[in-house]
Amino acid sequence: MRWRALLLALALAAAGAPALAAEAQPTGRDSVAAARAVKLSEKLRCLVCQNQSIADSNAELAQDLRGQIREQIAAGKTDDEIVAYMVARYGDFVLYEPPFRATTVLLWAGPALLILGGFVGLVRFLAARRAAPPSPELSPEERQRAERLLAGSEDTAA
Amino acid sequence: MRLKLLAPLAVFIVICGFLLIGLWRDPREVPSPLIGKPAPAFTLTQLHEPAKTLGPADLKGQVWLLNVWASWCVSCREEHPLLVALGKANIVPIIGLDYKDEITAGKRWLTDNGNPYTTSVVDRDGKVGIDWGVYGVPETFVIDKAGTIRYKQIGPLTAEALETKIVPLIRELQKS
Repeated sequence: MRWRALLLALALAAAGAPALAAEAQPTGRDSVAAARAVKLSEKLRCLVCQNQSIADSNAELAQDLRGQIREQIAAGKTDDEIVAYMVARYGDFVLYEPPFRATTVLLWAGPALLILGGFVGLVRFLAARRAAPPSPELSPEERQRAERLLAGSEDTAA
Repeated sequence: MRLKLLAPLAVFIVICGFLLIGLWRDPREVPSPLIGKPAPAFTLTQLHEPAKTLGPADLKGQVWLLNVWASWCVSCREEHPLLVALGKANIVPIIGLDYKDEITAGKRWLTDNGNPYTTSVVDRDGKVGIDWGVYGVPETFVIDKAGTIRYKQIGPLTAEALETKIVPLIRELQKS
């Protein structure tokens, strides 16, 4: 009797195992989708709180937009399509990484230009200093005054 | 040589100028990419007559306003008297988009505060709001006869914005 119960339990467990495995699969796919949703929502700015991403923000709009992202991922949209969807509605402002365009050239190239300008300035400054005549020697009087000052006595020559 | 010494000062003044301009700009006003684009389509049920629906397609051929409001929205109270006055002036149909609101609360709010809307429609889950790029209620859109969005007011309407921008724009669009 006991054996029979054990066999029955084993049979049930064996029958249940594939069912469990089949159920586990979508969960695995979901976690990939969830990771994509999180990654995307970290790239998008919340318009209500502006200095938080949609992933960080608890504003209702951010929650709704996270919902939108999840829905669109489930609908098979690519990341680019989802980002384009957000930009079409809220503008480039939603992107933490602004696109490279005629209007954003200064933004992207500005730091490099500043560094380049500073480097050119430094090279020219150093070249000019090297080319300049060395500073003239001190006259005997100046030398004496300097010695007095270094010795710590009163400066009387002035 | 002396001019060269002034260069850093000049750069500093230019930067100060940009920062000063920045001080007067409202960072909450994000320019909408929808201006000049066709109004996003929707078909939503009406607040007072749930059996009927309304959408931008029904309003083609006339200039109209879309005002996004909600009973929970505090700054909507601020602009509401202006909307009521605009509604009374009967210049333009004002469509209210009751955004993420309870239907009973929305109706009660209009009863208590006056109903300036030609029709209000209910955006229960805020999806239409997202399509219209709504991020801060209240918002007001001006849509022309062809169904193109021409103007967006973010935040409460002001008497100044109405007089200097919105009403003149409506009259101009109605002429064309």
